[in-house]
Amino acid sequence: MRIENHPILEFKRKKIIKFTFNGQEVEGYEGETIAAALHAAGVKVLGKSLFSNRPRGFFCAIGNCSSCFMVVNGVPNIKTCVTDLKEGMIVETQEGKGVIK
Amino acid sequence: MKEADLVVIGGGPAGLCAAISAAKSGSKVLIIERNKDFGGQLVKQTHMFFGSEKQYASTRGIDIKEILVNELKMLYENVKVMMDSTVVGMYEDGVITILHKEDNYFKIKPKAIVVATGAFEKYLAFPNNDLPGIYGAGAVQTLMNVYGVKPGKKVLMVGAGNIGLIVSYQLMQAGVEVVAILDAAPKIGGYLVHASKIRRMGVPILTSHTVKEAIGKDCLEKVIVCKVNDKFEQISDTEKEFNVDVMCISVGLTPLNELLSMRGCEMKYVPQLSGSVPVRNDNYETSIENVFVAGDACGIEEASSAMVEGYLAGLCAAAKIGHKSNDYEVKRAEFEKQLYNLRSGPVGQKILIGIEQIVNR
Repeated sequence: MRIENHPILEFKRKKIIKFTFNGQEVEGYEGETIAAALHAAGVKVLGKSLFSNRPRGFFCAIGNCSSCFMVVNGVPNIKTCVTDLKEGMIVETQEGKGVIK
Repeated sequence: MKEADLVVIGGGPAGLCAAISAAKSGSKVLIIERNKDFGGQLVKQTHMFFGSEKQYASTRGIDIKEILVNELKMLYENVKVMMDSTVVGMYEDGVITILHKEDNYFKIKPKAIVVATGAFEKYLAFPNNDLPGIYGAGAVQTLMNVYGVKPGKKVLMVGAGNIGLIVSYQLMQAGVEVVAILDAAPKIGGYLVHASKIRRMGVPILTSHTVKEAIGKDCLEKVIVCKVNDKFEQISDTEKEFNVDVMCISVGLTPLNELLSMRGCEMKYVPQLSGSVPVRNDNYETSIENVFVAGDACGIEEASSAMVEGYLAGLCAAAKIGHKSNDYEVKRAEFEKQLYNLRSGPVGQKILIGIEQIVNR
């Protein structure tokens, strides 16, 4: 769900970036964060909570609240709301606190 | 270890202005910003600012950011910037530690520091308040106005202060339906000019209402709201349901200043300033010598006053470390006057009562 017409802003979308979310190919744009691209693709659940396994989405979108943690290229606890999308990124839902390999 | 004259932590409205003011005074300034761009929350403010011309009234926030960044560029001889860098520690010996791009960790020992770290959104307690689809007002703004992504199809806005009203309007500009705006207070908190505009567009503003419960399996599907009495207690049998996929929480901000607590600055909880804030003097210097503060980090206000506080803190911090500008007194008086004018309304009165509690004269 992207905004196409806006009375004030003009969104110049840059290069298309391909990445995977839980194994499925998703497209976003260069300059976007992982969370913004996922949201545009309709993905709101980014992880599961630490103890009660409740769905987690982002809340603040400026890197403060830690609600958007995901596993990116095998690394857990990545703040996806402030991390730029890169070609070929492997993005996965994070369950619990994640494991450092 | 790197050395610096003055380090400004945060490149939002307060930090940018602190850096501009200090650099103009002749101090060498290093701005440390955790994002990849300056401006803080200005980057998503598509509305025109209030205040007076001196704080860029009638200019959109997104454009104010460009004005300030350009001004900073003119001062390049005195200014260095470090983007994508998060200050993670401030220590007793004056050292600060920085994490650059998540993998390079290093130390700096500046002569003085201006902490302009801004604020964080407050939250509201209700069952299932953690469901995806429930976002802070700032998050919705970021998604819409920075990335051009709609937060969802139908939005319930919680909070009828200026942010709640403005973001509701911005949602409509983005083509998203706003079903209603709630506020637990009996009166609308924001400017009536904003509220009227939104009401004319057909969005009801329900005062004395709160969120009773959020419902949804994986994401938000429905919100149940109810009326509250004058003690903010929920009144039974007054429930209404809204089928929405987004709830936007806009119940205020709280200062983000853990670094000051960590450094050992004396802090005080001041409700009028929306949280725990540092005790300071008239020069914006905290209880720790050469540690200054400006903007929302020392009390929640508008971006306009954050900018003026930044100018003041930058001016005073530079003077403290030996770069007192020739027109120091004139500039100081001018900035004080601007703040006085900005705080002349009823909201300003509340702020002044708050400031009275933290300023040692």
